[in-house]
Amino acid sequence: MKVGVISFPGSNCDEDALLAVVEQLDEEAVLLWHKDHDLQGADVVILPGGFSYGDYLRSGAIARFSPIMHEVVAHAKRGGPVIGICNGFQIACEAGLLPGALLRNQSLQFRSMSVTIRVESTATAFTRAAVNGRLLTMPIAHGDGRYTADATTLDQLEGEGRVVFRYVDADGNPTAAANPNGAMRNIAGIANETGTIVGLMPHPERAMETLLGSTDGLVLFQSLLAGMPV
Amino acid sequence: MTRFRVSVHIVPRKGLLDPQGKAVADALHTLGFPTVTDVHVGRHLVIETSASDARQAEESVRDMCSRLLANPVTEDFEIAAVVAA
Repeated sequence: MKVGVISFPGSNCDEDALLAVVEQLDEEAVLLWHKDHDLQGADVVILPGGFSYGDYLRSGAIARFSPIMHEVVAHAKRGGPVIGICNGFQIACEAGLLPGALLRNQSLQFRSMSVTIRVESTATAFTRAAVNGRLLTMPIAHGDGRYTADATTLDQLEGEGRVVFRYVDADGNPTAAANPNGAMRNIAGIANETGTIVGLMPHPERAMETLLGSTDGLVLFQSLLAGMPV
Repeated sequence: MTRFRVSVHIVPRKGLLDPQGKAVADALHTLGFPTVTDVHVGRHLVIETSASDARQAEESVRDMCSRLLANPVTEDFEIAAVVAA
């Protein structure tokens, strides 16, 4: 498996995502510059976290015009797996790969902390090795993470099992106190209709080894291998 | 073709939570403006563009708003002014 990590100007989690794949998964990964026009044969695309284009206009709004996004969208339309992490989630929403938007945290504070999320769907390329209802601990680090969509879209996401992760407390309950940004219905991550595209605000690539406090992010990457022909 | 200066207001959609607006409203109350009932924080853009007339300039900026400048999921926009630059 080959993973392509897109480096936008202002991305700051691209190297972490690359290392996660290379060191923890022992698979091939390559950084792809945003001005490139070639995914270099990547089977999977990661839109990493950061502050692409300084969050000008809106988080993720300008990154979708980067040249390589043509290839990323084409890859996604062919059914190729794409994961948007944090700023990558914002970019995926702005690019129309996923519905809704990420708005300023309800607290108005930048939140850098560890959160608990519950796996709500294993019918995606990034969660098929996970267990439904399992609680995962991962860091978040964002100022604009309040997932927002109209009621029709939210009902559709719920009805089609496309809410992939929800913020919960230690007992697995989606309480207001466990919601770090005011996201509607405690939504931390969603998928497209076919489960090939996933976006989430928490950082699985920063929860890959015990030294960093959690290895719960591993399962998202292992899920990719679970789906690869052997 | 004439050059026009088009001003646009982009504001959070009515009914959506606007924590920035609420924080500013609270600050104004603290400052001694108890009559303030609501505040919304948005963006103001000034775009210079060439067009055959003011109407075409406005239409073109409306298109820009729907496709990039405003997020169709969460924001509304209004053209505040179209003047010859």
